[in-house]
Amino acid sequence: MSRTRAPVVARWFAGEGEEFRLLGTRCRACASVFFPREDVQCRNPGCQGDDLEEVPLSRRGRVWSYTDSRYRPPSPYVTDPELPWEPHTLIAVELEAERMVVLGQAVPGVAVAELAVGMEVEVVPGVLHEDAETVWTTWQWRPTGVTG
Amino acid sequence: MTGDVAVLGAGMHPWGKWGRGFVEYGVAAARAALADAGLDWREVGSIVGADTVRGGYPGYVAGATFAKALGWQGARVTSVYAACASGAQAIDTARVQILAGRADVVLVVGADAAPKGFFRPAGGDRPDDPDWLRFRVLGATNPTYFGLYARRRMAVHGDTTEDFAQVKVKNAALGALNPYARYRKRVTAEEVSASAVVADPLRLLDICATSDGGAAVVLSSVEYARRHGVVDPVRIRAVSTVTPRYPTAVLDLPDIATDSAVAVEPATEPFRASLARVAYEEAGIGPEDLSVAEVYDLSTALELQWYEDLGLCGEGEGAKLLREGATAPGGRIPVNTSGGLASFGEAVPAQAIAQVCEVTWQLRGTAGDRQVAGARVGITANQGLFGHGSAVIAVR
Ligand SMILES: [Zn+2]
Repeated sequence: MSRTRAPVVARWFAGEGEEFRLLGTRCRACASVFFPREDVQCRNPGCQGDDLEEVPLSRRGRVWSYTDSRYRPPSPYVTDPELPWEPHTLIAVELEAERMVVLGQAVPGVAVAELAVGMEVEVVPGVLHEDAETVWTTWQWRPTGVTG
Repeated sequence: MTGDVAVLGAGMHPWGKWGRGFVEYGVAAARAALADAGLDWREVGSIVGADTVRGGYPGYVAGATFAKALGWQGARVTSVYAACASGAQAIDTARVQILAGRADVVLVVGADAAPKGFFRPAGGDRPDDPDWLRFRVLGATNPTYFGLYARRRMAVHGDTTEDFAQVKVKNAALGALNPYARYRKRVTAEEVSASAVVADPLRLLDICATSDGGAAVVLSSVEYARRHGVVDPVRIRAVSTVTPRYPTAVLDLPDIATDSAVAVEPATEPFRASLARVAYEEAGIGPEDLSVAEVYDLSTALELQWYEDLGLCGEGEGAKLLREGATAPGGRIPVNTSGGLASFGEAVPAQAIAQVCEVTWQLRGTAGDRQVAGARVGITANQGLFGHGSAVIAVR
């Protein structure tokens, strides 16, 4: 077990367990939040801000919509062609404080039949895929069990 | 001064999976459009190509590629890339050249030879590209976005998968009448619901395929058309190519997140509706004036969304409009009389031009068994990657 863990994209998320968070950036001039992060210029057309600070995004949000991928996606998504394709679920999540929607995979085993628009979900660390040297980590959405 | 330009000619290469290069399809469509216009290629003062990213350099410089294949003759040349809106931006470029007096006659061509299965981003390790990232990090194909929109409509508006299937039934019946369509077979709702789920709740027959194909139009000044003996040509009166406005509130291809609405309240008008509104304002007409509409039915559910965005009905009433038969042949405003992407599939740079071909034939009254009686005004609408979209209004 000498494999290293590495995020699929650097600086998009950080932390372990309960401390795991998606990382965005926030414009110090207008407070707009960006995910994936913007580090150079604010994209609000009415703002000239170029001072962006890293901020963790809300841990919980509500399902805006959801779907799944019944067919194997093409490269650069990494799959093992030797194994049968296991469909994964995608959830678009509304974050109340940031007033934005963030897409992510659901935790393995969560099927679309278990989801509903408006359901509460939380972000958790997950594994995207593994190869001989590296465990590639990502973020995943998991229902909290609270509906509404 | 009017902003009108004349559509002197329209032509297509039949769509399908032909396994040949995109240049061949584009040249065939161009020759058909020139023949339709009654013009020799050497009379064309400018050629505008809609680019395909799948042809390497020849695809990136489509205008020159088609010009060389047709025979270098010294015309002004332009190449345009705007994802699914490439064809419409090529038409817009041609129109602006004509209105600016830089050319009397412009040939616009788009063609593609699409890959099998899902579209995928260009190769290489490119984490700066949002299109590459959504595949790499999420495995989010185009149909998964369509699935998200479809599920959202079901939750917010009460649409059903049966409603979605009826869009396919309508469009397949029209495609069966179109000799340029790839799929020329009627489809039943049962066949839609028996097809495999691709991205829940959408099935194979809810989602458009990838296709080979080509489309072309010959545009000219109205004055030139008259000199050429065409007294009452179909005219393009408006072309809209506007971007979304910050902050976007709907997750759009290929983005992983929307903009934050913390600092700026989102516009009440969604992006697709703004595309149509700008075209309506430029043409000085409204949705009540339309005879036909060609919209980008990347999925069946998305066609219902367009009904609302074009102002054919109120928000959330798309499925009701469909159920009433208003968008079917004989209805108040038939939509996708060509058969739509459901019957053609996607040949990205050609599709927006193909929409204008169909509207041209409808307004000329030459659409055969698909003809909408007395058609006078048509709109086309599309949306593609990276905030691209377009709407074209043609009148007779
Ligand atoms: Zn700002």
